[in-house]
Amino acid sequence: MDASPQRPVATTSPRILAARETKIVASDVNVYYGDKHAIKHLSIDIPDRAVSAFIGPSGCGKSTFLRSINRMNDTIDGCRVTGEILVDGKNIYDRDLDVVQLRARVGMVFQKPNPFPKSIFENVAYGPRIHGIAKSKTDLEEIVVNSLKKASLFEEVKDRLAHPGTGLSGGQQQRLCIARAIAVNPEIILMDEPCSALDPIASARIEELIDEIRQNYCIIIVTHSMQQAARVSQLTAFFHLGDLVEFGDTDDMFTTPKDKRTQDYITGRFG
Amino acid sequence: MTAWTLLIIAALTVTGFFIGRARAQGLRNAGAARLHSLPTYHGLLMASMGFAAACVTTLAVAYVAGPDSMIMPAAAALLGTSAIAASHPLITREFRARNCFEYFVMLVLIACSGVAILTTIGIVFSVLFETLAFFREVSVIEFLFGTHWAPTSTPASFGFIPLLAGTLLITLIAILVAGPLGLLSAIYMAEYSSRSLRGVLKPVLEILAGVPTVVLGFFAALTVAPLIRNSGEAFGLAVASESALAAGLVMGMMIVPLISSLADDIINAVPQSLRDGSYAMGATKSETIKRVVLPAALPGIVSAFMLAISRAIGETMIVVMAAGLAANLSFNPLKAVTTITVQIATLLVGDQEFDSAKTLSAFALGFVLFCFTLVLNFVALRIVQRYREQYD
Repeated sequence: MDASPQRPVATTSPRILAARETKIVASDVNVYYGDKHAIKHLSIDIPDRAVSAFIGPSGCGKSTFLRSINRMNDTIDGCRVTGEILVDGKNIYDRDLDVVQLRARVGMVFQKPNPFPKSIFENVAYGPRIHGIAKSKTDLEEIVVNSLKKASLFEEVKDRLAHPGTGLSGGQQQRLCIARAIAVNPEIILMDEPCSALDPIASARIEELIDEIRQNYCIIIVTHSMQQAARVSQLTAFFHLGDLVEFGDTDDMFTTPKDKRTQDYITGRFG
Repeated sequence: MTAWTLLIIAALTVTGFFIGRARAQGLRNAGAARLHSLPTYHGLLMASMGFAAACVTTLAVAYVAGPDSMIMPAAAALLGTSAIAASHPLITREFRARNCFEYFVMLVLIACSGVAILTTIGIVFSVLFETLAFFREVSVIEFLFGTHWAPTSTPASFGFIPLLAGTLLITLIAILVAGPLGLLSAIYMAEYSSRSLRGVLKPVLEILAGVPTVVLGFFAALTVAPLIRNSGEAFGLAVASESALAAGLVMGMMIVPLISSLADDIINAVPQSLRDGSYAMGATKSETIKRVVLPAALPGIVSAFMLAISRAIGETMIVVMAAGLAANLSFNPLKAVTTITVQIATLLVGDQEFDSAKTLSAFALGFVLFCFTLVLNFVALRIVQRYREQYD
């Protein structure tokens, strides 16, 4: 824990944070889309080997902040980020940081499943191939199979690895995307509303999966469903109009929110 | 008489509209109950009744009595007026003029597409019959497999292989030039250039696509061909002053805008989510393009190439000017060759008697060319259909 008193961290350090190593330290982060100030002076410490959920009404900046952790905001015209985000103590907005390397360490799963128009095998092998992770063909096969197993998809697709990934059901596609992200051994996995395009049963499978893998990764999930946040996360951050209003243990957050706005949101008074 | 008839048809249409609308408005003003359709629809429907009746009458009379007959405008006026008169009592409160007019609109649309399709079928059949006439004089085997083309000499020989070879050679050169140039510039425009630069580049390329082929043709003949000959001679190569290479190069430049514009649209249609997925895996831009965007866009790109190939095969002016008329059976791009389209053009220029094998051979060539591009377009369409939904 290195939350020095002069840094404006949103809340007092949560219990979960105290028990784990800090993976991401963001200090005074501002994100602008052109003239729009999307994230305002945000500071947050996110622990390793736990699930942190970002909740808040639409347009509150939670996805924007998520996308600035793997610098996906770079691909948007007119987007500007100030402040610093440290991953393992290194600022990812440093001039000499290699974005390509960063994104290999910070995987991402999107709102809508976006498998490549390739076979299931090739979808998972994509990352290992471009980063040269596999040493041989058998090595690559092993990585693909293990990733699919970790994403609890292997049993369903083991007989049709050569079939197109786009032919799977929505939930399977999303697990394929998780397998694809896992295949490059990321340390952090960002999930941007991963269940919003899925039916409840497929969502439940994804949640189970997140619970299974959380011991090995720093997972951040953006979600619109407060039940989902309560089920899968150990920490919850509530965003409102570009501000990080409250960040704390999920259990505390949903039982005894400190801020009036958090309380209003989680009790369904707005949003 | 035609002018009078047209005037009468126009007048009938306009008066029909006003009569119909006035009657419907009268009904609306008279009673409390609501009309099913707005008065404008009653007017439009009556106008279209008058128009349709007058037009059909005119065409029928013109066919029977000739366009100069006095009967034509008279008959048009009579039947048009009676159609309007007959539909006048139809206008009631319940009459569904809005739905009827919808039906009329559909008929007009069907008629328009019908004209295009029927014309094409007509052309195909007229070419087909002339082709059959040609094959009564020259055997199919000789035409399709003969290696000597000399329609004007005596005895004439109609071996089509040299023309096919010339066509394929020039098309191949054109695609070798235009394929990489067009595709790579499309990739630049779609993936790398800024939005403002793309806003300039794309219209400029589309203007290039509009340069008349005659202009490109004399550019090929007067600038490119001498350039190639001179540089060839510098290397000690014998280059004809009209060469397949010159024609192919300029034809390639002609289809660069076609390919790049189509490919740019296709690449842009690849969903951004696929690119995001690839970037989020830590792929660079060129890796993303090579491994994700291009494979996803491949069917569209293939069909763009097919379109470009059929355009190149059908192109005439550039080849007439730059590649010459000599029907050499050669795959040497430095020699003069000729193509199917060029031979058609030369065979039909000037005074012709329509019963000689020489003239009829043009139709046979045209028919072969038609079949060729038809197959290409068919293949292109099938490829697109087969892979269309791959990334949805």
